[in-house]
Amino acid sequence: MRATAGATWVQTRSEIVRNAISIGMAVATYGVSFGALGTTTGLSIAQTCALSVLMFTGGSQFALVSTLASGGTGLSGGLAAVLLGTRNTAYSMRMNPIINAKGPMKLLASQLTIDESTAMGLAQDEKSFSGNASRLAFWSTGLSVFVLWNIATLIGALAATTIGDPKTLGLDAAIGAGLFALVYPQISSRRHLVIALGGALVALSLANFVTPGVPIISASIVAFIGGYIFTTRRSANS
Amino acid sequence: MSALWLTIIGASLGCYLLKLIGVVIPKSFLERPLVNEITHLLPIALLSAIVAIQTLGQGQGLLVDARLPALGASLVALRFKAPFIVVILIAAISAATLRYFGLAA
Repeated sequence: MRATAGATWVQTRSEIVRNAISIGMAVATYGVSFGALGTTTGLSIAQTCALSVLMFTGGSQFALVSTLASGGTGLSGGLAAVLLGTRNTAYSMRMNPIINAKGPMKLLASQLTIDESTAMGLAQDEKSFSGNASRLAFWSTGLSVFVLWNIATLIGALAATTIGDPKTLGLDAAIGAGLFALVYPQISSRRHLVIALGGALVALSLANFVTPGVPIISASIVAFIGGYIFTTRRSANS
Repeated sequence: MSALWLTIIGASLGCYLLKLIGVVIPKSFLERPLVNEITHLLPIALLSAIVAIQTLGQGQGLLVDARLPALGASLVALRFKAPFIVVILIAAISAATLRYFGLAA
């Protein structure tokens, strides 16, 4: 998604904005799914849309909705959402010196810091047009995804209220598949596979004994233990 | 205000603050190998747990039904690099079909 080298600013600018809009449209298909799942799992249309405006980070939104759908408490659903939002901290830390926003713009930039805007911002050469290419890529992608994600959520939420039992249409299976599609590309090594299977195993083995929602949160222990083991092993080898 | 609204607003605020503190906390902290490793692994462990519970969970307990073969179908779709919406549709259609013909609960 890096803008073409040697192009003028006008060419670069339109190329970046075009890319930003296509990313927004791709994400929108996923926003429709979120909207539909939100209302079929018991949230109102307003609540589903509020999540897309206020939370605006897809993985966390799906986590909250699916934890509630599986019978979890609000606290465990909220905790799962927040734990999944931690990667955005790393993103905003990385993007902050590049965006160089001031005052209230900093607050707005924070809300727009997600997978897509970060990836697009980092894909540009940081020095290209004295940083304007990176900044434009971040802002245009963030805004494009924000607008299209929210419109898509509303469409999905409205459409789903007109259908009957979500199980008849297999929508309960669709939630699992949607989250699976999110985690699948992240499993890029054997270590990641161990963490994924470990997380699933911890959750499943606790499911019979603790209240819904807790098994999911408990899986985070696998990331902490795995992170500790991998880090110490690496420093022992070097 | 209902408990559900409180959850939505509270969790959203939490997610926003996580984005905001990235601007404030020192870069050296997140670049520590252990912190960096955990922030990468956390989404993998949590999302996998949610997938597992979403596929096999039933209240406080487990249940094998049409969701499991549907997840298998979505894995095939993912291996063929199908787009997000296709993966979801394949899972939904698989589960709906199995239930329609009474082959799974």
